[in-house]
Amino acid sequence: MSNKTLIVIGNGMVGHHFLEQFVASPAAAGFDIIVFGEEKQLAYDRVHLSEYFSGSTHADLAMATADWYSDNRIDLHLNELVTAVDRENRTVTTHKGTYRYDELVLATGSYPFVPPIEGRENPNCFVYRTLDDLDAIRACSDGASTGVVVGGGLLGLEAANALKSLGLDAHVVEFAPRLMPVQLDGDGGALLRRKIEELGVQVHSEKATTAIVDGEESRLRMNFGDDTHLETDLIVFSAGIRPQDTLARSCELETGERGGIIVNNQCTTSDPHIHAIGECALWNQQIFGLVAPGYTMARTLSAILNGDSDAAFTGADMSTKLKLLGVDVGSIGDAHARTPGARNIRFSDENAGHYRRMVISADGKKLLGAILVGDNSHYDTLLQYALNGIDLPDNPESLILPESQGGAPALGPDALPDTAQICSCHNVSKGDICGAIDAGCCDLGAVKGETRASTGCGGCTALLKTVVDSELEKRGVEVSRDLCEHFAYSRQDLFNIVKVNGIRTFRTLIQQHGRGHGCDICKPAVASILATCWNEHILTTDHVPLQDTNDTFMANMQKNGTYSIVPRVPGGEITPDKLIVLGEVAREYNLYTKITGGQRVDLFGATLSELPEIWEKLIAAGFETGHAYGKSLRTVKSCVGNSWCRYGVQDSVGMAIFLEHRYKGLRSPHKLKMAVSGCTRECAEAQSKDIGVIATENGWNLYVCGNGGMRPRHADLFATDLSDEGLISTIDRVLMFYVRTADRLQRTSVWMENMEGGLAYLKKVVLEDSLGIGEELEQHMADIVSTYQCEWKTAVEDPEKRKRFREFVNAPEKKDPVQQWTTERDQRRPLLESV
Amino acid sequence: MKTANQWNIVCTVDDLVPESGIAVWTPDGPVAIFYIPYRLPALFAISHTDPFSGTNVLARGITGDLKGEPVVASPLYKQHFSLVTGQCLENEDVKVKTYRVLLDGNAVRLEIRTASFEAVAA
Ligand code: SRM
Ligand SMILES: Cc1cc2nc3c(=O)[nH]c(=O)nc-3n(C[C@H](O)[C@H](O)[C@H](O)COP(=O)(O)OP(=O)(O)OC[C@H]3O[C@@H](n4cnc5c(N)ncnc54)[C@H](O)[C@@H]3O)c2cc1C
Ligand code: SF4
Ligand code: FES
Repeated sequence: MSNKTLIVIGNGMVGHHFLEQFVASPAAAGFDIIVFGEEKQLAYDRVHLSEYFSGSTHADLAMATADWYSDNRIDLHLNELVTAVDRENRTVTTHKGTYRYDELVLATGSYPFVPPIEGRENPNCFVYRTLDDLDAIRACSDGASTGVVVGGGLLGLEAANALKSLGLDAHVVEFAPRLMPVQLDGDGGALLRRKIEELGVQVHSEKATTAIVDGEESRLRMNFGDDTHLETDLIVFSAGIRPQDTLARSCELETGERGGIIVNNQCTTSDPHIHAIGECALWNQQIFGLVAPGYTMARTLSAILNGDSDAAFTGADMSTKLKLLGVDVGSIGDAHARTPGARNIRFSDENAGHYRRMVISADGKKLLGAILVGDNSHYDTLLQYALNGIDLPDNPESLILPESQGGAPALGPDALPDTAQICSCHNVSKGDICGAIDAGCCDLGAVKGETRASTGCGGCTALLKTVVDSELEKRGVEVSRDLCEHFAYSRQDLFNIVKVNGIRTFRTLIQQHGRGHGCDICKPAVASILATCWNEHILTTDHVPLQDTNDTFMANMQKNGTYSIVPRVPGGEITPDKLIVLGEVAREYNLYTKITGGQRVDLFGATLSELPEIWEKLIAAGFETGHAYGKSLRTVKSCVGNSWCRYGVQDSVGMAIFLEHRYKGLRSPHKLKMAVSGCTRECAEAQSKDIGVIATENGWNLYVCGNGGMRPRHADLFATDLSDEGLISTIDRVLMFYVRTADRLQRTSVWMENMEGGLAYLKKVVLEDSLGIGEELEQHMADIVSTYQCEWKTAVEDPEKRKRFREFVNAPEKKDPVQQWTTERDQRRPLLESV
Repeated sequence: MKTANQWNIVCTVDDLVPESGIAVWTPDGPVAIFYIPYRLPALFAISHTDPFSGTNVLARGITGDLKGEPVVASPLYKQHFSLVTGQCLENEDVKVKTYRVLLDGNAVRLEIRTASFEAVAA
């Protein structure tokens, strides 16, 4: 029996996608396939058309190769326009011949609408749809200086950017009062306009072009209805698209009043053997001008042709996220609040150039739509709320407020249902992703290859990654949080195990809950946990082998094997006498002396055996350890405050000293830094610290989770106008919660950013005691504070502990021969270079 | 001249720190001795010199095991060295010297391949 013939008219994005689906399906074996394309190039990615101006070639944009077509036995006719369809005889006709079909697919896309303006046939007028269009525009831009785009919609702005990239002075002429009237509201449009004008594209709104005539200074002159005019060298029309339904009309298929080939849920036209998909199809009075709905139609039709009677196209989401001329624009669902009873929440920051609007249901529970201009970072989360009907949080505004004002972080991937659509281009749900992972995909690349997610417009890339990571993590793949090969637990798990079971030594912990004997990863981490729980001296026999060298010797090892000494100088306040002692000791042992970034003095170059002697002297003068070596509180930086400063409103030095004494010695997942400023001038830079305190007229403002260092982060305002007591109990709780729940070597900043619920959640736990553990946290802190000891004092007083500080146990007088010195700026420094 | 291979006393049991290292000075240079109580034999000796920094610090690293191999992590740049073979786990071209070491009553004896060693320890 000979095969039936399937003909596809149109070799664009959707037509090609249909072929990909269809050739991979069982029904393909029963068909010979012929494809006609009017354009001379094989189907290419029109969505990324503009990249043609920034260096991409047709090959880069192509959706397949000619080989792919021949390998799949598809008879491809490019540059061959179909001019007629004879439904009775089931044939199509091109200028080259007539071909018979059994099933016909119309995937003819759409064409740009050019308003009937006098003079529009001028050779300097273009549209923006195909590679040929772009070639023509490029050629015309040679010698031109100005370009105008007619139409301020999505494509018009993209075209304006293209003109700019060709070096032209770009203008946009829009008939409506604002830009992107379909997707944006007045405020959003106004902000977008401002931003675009800042980028050098001039916007002329409420202009109706009446005629295009010869220009005086430029090639053309556009006359407007209000008797103004604009001179330009070339014009690009981008005033909307119209479905390409010419063939359908001439063969009398049913079409819409305003164009479009009418299809049912099966993507079939009024003729059961003719189907239409993509931008030419009119479904439920709607034309879909985006690629994702077209792809869904393509998949549906392929299923239908395979006899799947359940397959149906049931509409598509038209949400869009774009970067137009570098400006983020997003529009989701019912952006214009057309749903009865819908309410709006708006956030606008004209200064930063951000506008966000949420449209929520009358009962306040669901997100119906949204508009974003200036910053699309909220898009993915909002889209998921809207698409999946996820219940909004109690304070929905947090979804669009900046984080510093209590904004909620992104919706965690766990909150998404399995049906949540992650990639709309390829209709990939969270469930599909999980399925791919279960079937053996163990990284992002494999999941992409299997599901094709994020290989379309690319808009879902970030979301896909979070979902994949989180799912892999759940299955214990690669992104494992295991501490190391010895413990299949996170630091937080281990903390709970230690605490709940009252475990006091590493040995017991690893015997009961781990394997092997430990390593340089788990030992210090467990040492820190044990210290937080039981606060025993770090140099007791059980704990000493767990410590990093810096903790073992309570000093920081330098590149030549010597150590630095950092005595505590609380709040940076120091008496002249104490300063003199530091100077004397440093002179006696020839230590390099430097003021640190933490408002204290670092003495470098002590040998191991000198450490206890030096500390004896420092302790005698009233110093104590500064924990510069520990994962614990470093310094509490202060400004001089109201005791001296004319602006100070509180005693910032006093508070800094108090805090430093309170929290010194607290072992934590990573180091802790604090600062207290005496007024909002913020001389102590408190907002860059883990805990920052700024004085107010009425008390203290508390900031948390700031970070300097490799990835600076401003601290978040946590509570305002606290009393001394209120400040202390709040800090107690924040710190204890951090110490209990953070990962190994996780600063407070990263801890907070990774916390489900973020700042808002932390506030609930600490300020509202939502977990009911506030008292317990404070009590735990009180225990630690009351068992503080200066580790150095205990160590120098204990001969057993002092024994550890012998460089060579059998040769006390031996000087380490590799420690060679030179002098620089009047002080000693190591000669040794790392090898 | 004495014989080439000598088992010399370098320190006593009291000098050792369980699961950690100490350093002794020998004519062959500084040597790190590790006491790992849960292993048999429990003593290991390797060069005290960290080949990556040239400093004498290996005895001050954290001990442990990686895939069953007893190791010490350099306290400076954290590379791991096998206590058995001296092999650096991160770089197959780097290996530190190893020594044989044993417990003789209370005394720790180290095998030194040199002619002129004089025990300094009591
Ligand atoms: C001495 C000092 C530099 C100076 O000469 O001023 C210093 C020196 C060291 N810093 Fe620092 N940091 C010093 C202030 C800072 C500051 C400024 C501050 O605290 O106001 C920062 C940025 C603020 C912050 O941490 O948020 C800073 C960010 C770091 C980081 C990056 C932390 C991060 O989260 O990205 C490290 C690496 C680490 O901890 O993992 C680091 C690590 C180190 C180490 C411990 C590196 C090491 O392992 O050898 C340095 C050895 C100190 C020593 O031997 O005594 N140091 N370091 C400062 C000591 C302050 C003090 O009195 O305790
Ligand atoms: C500059 C630009 C940017 C875009 N950006 C986005 C975006 O960010 N996101 C998004 O979702 N969408 C975007 N789109 C829209 C997207 O490109 C379309 O939705 C998609 O291309 C529609 O696919 P289609 O196959 O239906 O139509 P097309 O891709 O237009 O393909 C139809 C093909 O059929 C051919 N044809 C028509 N009639 C005949 C005939 N009689 N005989 C033979 N061949 C015929 C046409 O020449 C054409 O090649 C953009 C479009 C443009 C132009
Ligand atoms: S922060 Fe305010 S009080 Fe403190 S020193 Fe600066 S100006 Fe003075
Ligand atoms: S949504 Fe377009 S690629 Fe996934």
